[in-house]
Amino acid sequence: MQMLLKGGRVIDPSQGIDQIADVLVEDGRIAKVGTIEPMPGMQVEDVSDLVVLPGLIDMHVHLREPGFEYKEDIWSGTRSAAAGGFSGVACMPNTNPVADNRSVIEYILCRSAEVGVVKVYPIGALTKDHKGEEMAEIGDMVDGGAVAFSDDAFPIQGSAMMRHVMDYCAMLDVPVLAHCEDLSLSNEGLMNEGLTSTILGLKGVPREAEEIMVARNIMLARLTGCRLHICHVSTRGSVELIRRAKEYGISVTAETCPQYFSLTDEAVKGYNTNAKMNPPLRSPDDVAAIKEGLADGTIDVIATDHAPHATEEKETEFSIAANGMVGLETAVGLVISELVVPGILSIARAFEKMTTAPAHVLGLDAGTLKVGKSADITVIDPRARYTVEPATFHSRSRNTPLGGRELVGRAVLSIVNGRIVAKDNEVVA
Amino acid sequence: MALKRKDILGLQEMERDEIELVLQTAMSFKDILNRPIKKVPTLRGRSVVTLFYEPSTRTRTSFEIAAKILSADTSSIAPSTSSVVKGESFKDTILTLRAMRPDVFIIRHQASGAPHFAASLVPESVINAGDGMHEHPTQGLLDMFTILEKKGRIEGLTVAIVGDILHSRVARSNMWGLTKMGAKVRLVGPKTLMPPEASSLPVEIYTDIEEGLRDADVINVLRIQLERMKKGLFPSLREYTQLFGITRDRLKLAKDDVIVLHPGPMNRGVEITPDVADSDISMVTTQVTNGVAVRMALLYLLLGGTGDADAS
Repeated sequence: MQMLLKGGRVIDPSQGIDQIADVLVEDGRIAKVGTIEPMPGMQVEDVSDLVVLPGLIDMHVHLREPGFEYKEDIWSGTRSAAAGGFSGVACMPNTNPVADNRSVIEYILCRSAEVGVVKVYPIGALTKDHKGEEMAEIGDMVDGGAVAFSDDAFPIQGSAMMRHVMDYCAMLDVPVLAHCEDLSLSNEGLMNEGLTSTILGLKGVPREAEEIMVARNIMLARLTGCRLHICHVSTRGSVELIRRAKEYGISVTAETCPQYFSLTDEAVKGYNTNAKMNPPLRSPDDVAAIKEGLADGTIDVIATDHAPHATEEKETEFSIAANGMVGLETAVGLVISELVVPGILSIARAFEKMTTAPAHVLGLDAGTLKVGKSADITVIDPRARYTVEPATFHSRSRNTPLGGRELVGRAVLSIVNGRIVAKDNEVVA
Repeated sequence: MALKRKDILGLQEMERDEIELVLQTAMSFKDILNRPIKKVPTLRGRSVVTLFYEPSTRTRTSFEIAAKILSADTSSIAPSTSSVVKGESFKDTILTLRAMRPDVFIIRHQASGAPHFAASLVPESVINAGDGMHEHPTQGLLDMFTILEKKGRIEGLTVAIVGDILHSRVARSNMWGLTKMGAKVRLVGPKTLMPPEASSLPVEIYTDIEEGLRDADVINVLRIQLERMKKGLFPSLREYTQLFGITRDRLKLAKDDVIVLHPGPMNRGVEITPDVADSDISMVTTQVTNGVAVRMALLYLLLGGTGDADAS
């Protein structure tokens, strides 16, 4: 079975390719990139005026299965990913039961093989029940297929415990993904601390709650040699700390999410629970710093922190509303609208942060169009204009503050292992 | 003139002429309170629900008395006596009550923004009776009413709000209302009880009580809560009193005709000394009476009354 993507602008950051070319897929693998004449029996997709990329990888997603299937499951979450242009997602371990042991990791992999339409890379918990008290069986989970480790939204507070898991992960050569938050300082805050929180009478989370832990974890990366990856960077101070750590040669990488370069805490006004997330939306100055960090390479990766929640978990008092927003189906549009169109990043550098870079952080054999590799390919239309309509999402959940926003750029074709899984916002797998 | 809004959620969103209308209407309603027969038929057949998720004596009673004087029927729901204890969501509680066809919901909630959420769910009026650390608009209005009654004006006065500004919805409503009415507002209190970026608000910030009280026309003293001390925001009630307590001596710094307000309940000997609390410049009980008049005015105006109507 051969498929030919004809006439697109092929961008592969892993090989430094950015040219008009054809891509030939054969038996689920990349067979050739260059000028290729269609042959009888080939499935030909005309992708002229479109951009052909390695399949996008979202390294920070909550698929919610097992345990919270009413919010999302592997079936719906991977379809949401496919529609949004992703060919692979790494899923966080805060499920029920927590993915803190090999059985849950293997369950996620089996279930993904059965019902998923994109590749799923499970992330294991660092500590049992992500309680920060006892180390989880990290080695066994590595053997079972976990690609990275994180306690995500239950960040390890004790520095000694964090040092131990980082030492251990350094030994196993797997990355630690750190949600950085000093819980005693954020102290059940509900939004960014600032004028808006003061006016709304909502308890604020100071930026320092994130930055203190970014600094600590960088110090521990220096101590342990662990590959530290900072999750969802949201503040100027964090960007500056990571920049300096990289100058010192400490093994640290970082991600941000589209919401942190597209929205500010003003989105919370009117007690909009869809704008409640952790870390919280910050100030315009932080947004500017995130963009600078993306532009100068301090921030390596763009992930979504796709966090689906049921309607009733958001249609409630702000103080008890769940944290997070769905992100898989708006990421490409926000990256193009907020970063590429204004000239902050070239299209190649923007999507490097969603392909080659996350593959590198997670050590995946993906995020490339090299001949012989799995044909995971995303085709985007960088000029498509549309309005975000949450009702059309493939995710089981609708929680986003972006409904009604005009965006430019969307995925039109998602290919996994040489098979089209989504086309023009329809999942066809 | 009628009030052109469905809900009273906060003074931040109210215009000066709306505030003036409420205060003016409350003036004529206050007369009714001084009559031997405290009953007018104005809101006969109207139904008012009070839904209080936080303990409150004076605010809830004040609303109920206001509604009853106007002949409206009142029902009061407290979460401990309702299906809320069975795990019903706030949204479902509101929709269930709405099905019983009340005309006004009066809501107090520990979560900032809860009355806004309720207002988005129902076409009937919602009055915020205090939400979290956000606003307590009827308290702000009754404080302004009291100031206006005693001083004859609000414009140009200097009002010092003293105490736990950070957690105070009373401070926020006073700040918005008073500044719209042309007063100069000072927030006075320890830095640990001052909200973030308070300097960006249309107020002056003081952490020195004596500077904060100097030449003030009005002092609005906030209740200090013991639990703030336990959370490490100040060392002891004794030190709080030393640094921020309103005493006879400190009053000398203010204008000679200064008046002292307190939203209650008071901690005598903590934020205010008993001799000040009981002096004739203390407006504490006057505020409570005025609260009924202001709430009568709001119920009347929200249910379609106009400012010019004869209240009797």
